Amino acid sequence: MATQTLPAGTQGAPAQTAAQDKAPAASRREPGKTRFDVIVVGAGPAGVSAAITAAKAGLSVLILERGDYPGSKNVMGGVLYRQPTDVILPGFWREAPLERHLVEQGYWLMSERGATKFSYRGEDWDAEPYNAFTVLRARFDRWYAQQAEKAGAILVPETTVDEVLVRDGQAVGVRVGRDQGEIYANVVILADGVNSLLAKSLGLHQEWEPHTIALAVKEIIALPREKIESRFQIEGDQGVAYELLGSISKGMVGIGFLYTNKDTISIGMGCMLSDFARTGIKPYELLDQLKQHPAIKPVLAGGETREYMAHLIPEGGYNSLPKLYMGGLLVVGDAAQFVNALTREGSNMAMISGHLAAMTAIRAHQRGDFSAASMAYYRDLLENSFILQDLRRFRKIMPFVESRHELITVYPELLAELLQDFYTVDSVPKTQLFRRMMRKIRARRRWTSVLGDLWKGLRALS
Amino acid sequence: MSTSIEDKLYTLTFKPDKESHLVPNQDLCRQCADKPCLNFCPAHVYSWEGDHLAVAFEGCVECGACRIGCPYHSIAWRYPRGGFGVMYKFG
Repeated sequence: MATQTLPAGTQGAPAQTAAQDKAPAASRREPGKTRFDVIVVGAGPAGVSAAITAAKAGLSVLILERGDYPGSKNVMGGVLYRQPTDVILPGFWREAPLERHLVEQGYWLMSERGATKFSYRGEDWDAEPYNAFTVLRARFDRWYAQQAEKAGAILVPETTVDEVLVRDGQAVGVRVGRDQGEIYANVVILADGVNSLLAKSLGLHQEWEPHTIALAVKEIIALPREKIESRFQIEGDQGVAYELLGSISKGMVGIGFLYTNKDTISIGMGCMLSDFARTGIKPYELLDQLKQHPAIKPVLAGGETREYMAHLIPEGGYNSLPKLYMGGLLVVGDAAQFVNALTREGSNMAMISGHLAAMTAIRAHQRGDFSAASMAYYRDLLENSFILQDLRRFRKIMPFVESRHELITVYPELLAELLQDFYTVDSVPKTQLFRRMMRKIRARRRWTSVLGDLWKGLRALS
Repeated sequence: MSTSIEDKLYTLTFKPDKESHLVPNQDLCRQCADKPCLNFCPAHVYSWEGDHLAVAFEGCVECGACRIGCPYHSIAWRYPRGGFGVMYKFG
């Protein structure tokens, strides 16, 4: 067991250790002399959530972050969910740097020259404690990590972890790319994001396949508040979030998004990496074309691009989960592929998985057992949560969409044609119009295929 | 409203390291017919210079697309050293 190598005095009084270590960094500079209950690699939503829960329980926690500050490397579309975040940090929404609370969410089905909009706006979402928020990760993550520090965790930025230290098949610490060298812990929590080079180096997963990974690009477009509010019919801190689906992905499996922030708009587009590789379409040109779409162009008009970014999204789901734990180690968030591509959930799974990992570490600490058998409790917690239950339930949906990726283009186009016909008053008798509409459906897709799409689609969801 | 990739990258703050964190195996790149990285890299890091793959690593946004998407797994890919690389203000 790893506890044998402990320097005296650091075990058994974890909270105190954290407080003492905070003042001088000197102890961290001595290789092999520093020890924590928990080392968290990566200060994104998953890692910070793990750190907050573990530190609140009195464990000594070290968070290592490779960026200048937490959030400086982090990207998402921008929706943060209230309930899961409240689990970790009750009432966070009163002080966190959030952009807008969502009062409307929906889909825009995009055809070449139009969009069929399907969305819901609800008054309930306009009242505290709200349902979901738009956030900018460089701001939110920085604040979120500060809350972990307030709970007693130690945050060391500008530090890349090069290696997980393993003794007798059990993780015992990390080697960092700064002078500190080796740092030891009873539990290492890997929250190192979608690429998770560390989980891969430990053999917890093979290289991700390009058809399980989406490449997303996004722009932050600045506009005066009043313009955003009048264009989206919102006021105060109300916000909207739309997913954009259809011809905009040029036949690739992918989805766009349009979210309102306080004085910026987040617009982006993600498609499977394998589709980009196959088609030769440049992601940034795809995004530019989306910005020129007749349904998008007017809402961005006069805006100025403030930032451009790119990020991978792990969409392999249940079928490509890595091994989620080993002795002394747990994998959380994107590193564990915890994303529900169908419902664009990711940040919530990251946070709750981090929380469950921390609960596993706390239990292991109480029992003094950090073996793989003890870490397996994390898997049980995940199985009993929405995370693995949802990922398992939707495991067939991405293979279905990939096998019939033409659907993403066919149905939005068809819907646009039909609605255009329906709303075009041209003195044609309705019987004749309906016949024309039926012919258009047949021209796009045979009835048997439509039924097949429906049947197979429902089966993929069951 | 349309902006070139150069304009897009210009919105970003980078702290470039001295040496590249992306190292392609040029022999493999020469064998590669399609060179999909030239197109799918969202930061246009890669360009083909007749007989070798040029790597503008200073403008890399560290997404990992080339690491996973290269059909030959030709890119030796690591993160820039701590504190180096792209620095998002909005994210």
